[in-house]
Amino acid sequence: MRQTIVRNVAELPTYGYGPRSGPWWGAMGFMALEGMGFAIAIGAYLYLYAVNPNWPIGAAPPDLWPGTAEVAVYLLSIIPNEITNRAAHRQDLAKVRVGLIVMAVIGTALLVLRGFEFAHLNTRWDNSAYGSIVWLILGLHTTHLATDVGDTIVLAVLMFTRHAKPRRFSDVTDNVFYWNFVVLAWLPLYVLLDWVPRL
Amino acid sequence: MSIAAEPREIRDDVLNGLQLSTQLERVWRTPSGWTGALTSVDHKVVGRRYIVTAFAFLLLGGILAILMRVQLAGPEKTFLSADKYNQIFTMHGSTMMFLFAVPVMEAFAVYLVPLMVGTRNIAFPRLNAFSYWMFLFGGCFLWISFALNVGPDVGWFAYVPLSSLQYTPTKRPDVWAQMITFTEVAALAVAVEIIVTVFKLRAPGMTLDRIPLFVWAMLITAFLVMFAMPSVMVASTSLILDRLVNTRFYDSSSGGHPLLWQHLFWFFGHPEVYIIFIPGTGMVSAILATFARRPVVGYPVVILSLIATGFLSFGLWVHHMFVTGLPQLGAGLFTASSMLIAVPSGLQIFCWLATLWDGRPVYRTPLLFVIGFIVIFVLGGLSGVMVASVPIDTQVHDTYFVVAHFHYVLIGGAVFPLIGAVYYWFPKITGRMLSESLGRWNFWLAFIGFNVAFFPMHILGLIGMPRRVYTYTANMDWAHLNLLSSGGALVFALSFALLLVNVIYSLRKGELAGDNPWSASTLEWATSSPPPPQNFDRIPVVKHRDPLWADSMSLPVVAGLSAERREVLLTSLAEAEPQIREASPEPSIWPLLTAIATTVFFIGSIFTPWAVLWGTPPMAVALIGWFWPTGSREDEE
Repeated sequence: MRQTIVRNVAELPTYGYGPRSGPWWGAMGFMALEGMGFAIAIGAYLYLYAVNPNWPIGAAPPDLWPGTAEVAVYLLSIIPNEITNRAAHRQDLAKVRVGLIVMAVIGTALLVLRGFEFAHLNTRWDNSAYGSIVWLILGLHTTHLATDVGDTIVLAVLMFTRHAKPRRFSDVTDNVFYWNFVVLAWLPLYVLLDWVPRL
Repeated sequence: MSIAAEPREIRDDVLNGLQLSTQLERVWRTPSGWTGALTSVDHKVVGRRYIVTAFAFLLLGGILAILMRVQLAGPEKTFLSADKYNQIFTMHGSTMMFLFAVPVMEAFAVYLVPLMVGTRNIAFPRLNAFSYWMFLFGGCFLWISFALNVGPDVGWFAYVPLSSLQYTPTKRPDVWAQMITFTEVAALAVAVEIIVTVFKLRAPGMTLDRIPLFVWAMLITAFLVMFAMPSVMVASTSLILDRLVNTRFYDSSSGGHPLLWQHLFWFFGHPEVYIIFIPGTGMVSAILATFARRPVVGYPVVILSLIATGFLSFGLWVHHMFVTGLPQLGAGLFTASSMLIAVPSGLQIFCWLATLWDGRPVYRTPLLFVIGFIVIFVLGGLSGVMVASVPIDTQVHDTYFVVAHFHYVLIGGAVFPLIGAVYYWFPKITGRMLSESLGRWNFWLAFIGFNVAFFPMHILGLIGMPRRVYTYTANMDWAHLNLLSSGGALVFALSFALLLVNVIYSLRKGELAGDNPWSASTLEWATSSPPPPQNFDRIPVVKHRDPLWADSMSLPVVAGLSAERREVLLTSLAEAEPQIREASPEPSIWPLLTAIATTVFFIGSIFTPWAVLWGTPPMAVALIGWFWPTGSREDEE
């Protein structure tokens, strides 16, 4: 087939931010399917809650302080996360490095807090269906948290190497974006795990 | 660091003709030999592998079906033992659903969608390679387990309490549950790739209302996968946790509930039917337009019907549970929604009939399979409306009537369009035509064999033959119909043997196809057959819904992409306006290594929960290797 050139795209940029870029949509896709996973797990929790006359089953509700402390840290973490985001958009390497280190430290602190939360659930996974679903949901969110912290650490290291090129700033903004999802996912789970058993 | 500082690279606007083709082929080709085979990220290579592997599983699943039909051909046969029969019907269902039907549809999407939207590779090509390896390893895991007599034997739905440790204290259900995890990871990865490919990699000018119907169908399917599959992953994970670390999800003595399993399974399981069927409709629309020699009537109606089907498919899972003692209101609601979904499916059928009516149909093999599809699928749809009604469902539940119904829907709705699609796109994929005369034999054997095999099952079900029995006694009067059905199954199997012969013969001796042997209208036919590694020498510009019919002589294109490294053009979501020239990944061994690490993790965790601990670091290392920049130019801008 004969080709007729009707347009030249040579002047277009080679990377972009947000909905212009491909990886951003990939992150959206994974958030949607992981969000669906959370929704299904919440549905399973509420189903078991509905069919059991006593809830929680044979256990006290989880101690409130670890989950509540996490909520506070998560919400506050949005600030350095957003600062990192803006620095990445400005391609300010020094600030991005600091931002990623701060976020990695916050993430690690949350993993430690998460350890306390497991210890203060007041039930084991094999005690009852209540214990099982609580451990499953917390485990699911912990996997997300750990994955994102791992990703943040790797990205932080990367930004100290010769690979810290302009297109990596787009990766940083995607990492920031995903962290917001981890925070957002935690809020309903906190209400579900820590407050529904107190109803 | 800045782009301007680098020497100006060669772009596709300064090269022409053979020079451009050769240069792009050098950049985009998969290396030869083992390295190339293990590292390829070309969507065509991965797609071909996916298709061949899925058909290999179809062959295996089909052999199991024949074994079952031999066993059931007469009363009290001892060809298969009860235990073997249980394994075989479970393996047949699991293989057909998880290793054939869903993967083969995604495989066609992996191969065709990038070509049809006019780009050079799928979005996230390494994820695509990873997805294939996961699918392959999961399928091999299931079949090797079966060969070692550890094949699952609890049905493709693995209902608790039968699949609980108490009633099945072997590893068999664990194998089933973990195979689910493998295939769902693979399917979810492809779903994300397809969505991003359709959203961001469309050729300039391919606005939402110029997207080919097949691509629309695959996009909607990808969304269904994304929202349905997490449910079965939660289900299979909780089942395996119950069996391995004593959680109590399904243990009614500790607050668990067996029906939770059915809800989780069917919340996935019903959309699954549409995950298989909707791609079939996309194939039908593509084939019909080409062979009726006119665009499908009611393009927006077909798309809106597909979207409506997608939404409704999430609202009818409970009709699989009508005999579990539901509240009447719930049963009524799900009956209504189950009948409602017949409306958008019906609308599409009318659009297709109108297309044939108004067109100038050319009855080649692909169109024959589409017509077979319409007949069989309508019959399956009618029995579907019957079983949507609670009183009828209560009578025929767990009988062969249901077996007849879903084979009419799935084979009619998906396999017939699929075989039509094989005849239709084989020339594009291989460069050679399949034999038309063998194709006609193939169709008639399939059509007659299928109906002789499955129609009698309606009657068998109505006179009371239950599903999943390994034999029956002579005084039940089921023998003649069963023998007839087994005979039909053999004829149906023969049609697939003929397809295989046709493929092998035509690969060597088939007539050369040329770029566009069917004079079709979509972009995959604008490039050579088989397409070169770069798909298109220059990215097409779309000005019409049927670009090759609007102008069959010349193709408007964009220029300005790199001819020195892999680059694709990202466009905006709705209007497909060019936005970014984005780098596309080079071949890499890391997706394979990641898949191997994940396989060790998944299989290890069946035997010890500690595999979750020692299995994680290798996965993490492999993922870091995958994402760490290689220092090549596209990584460093």
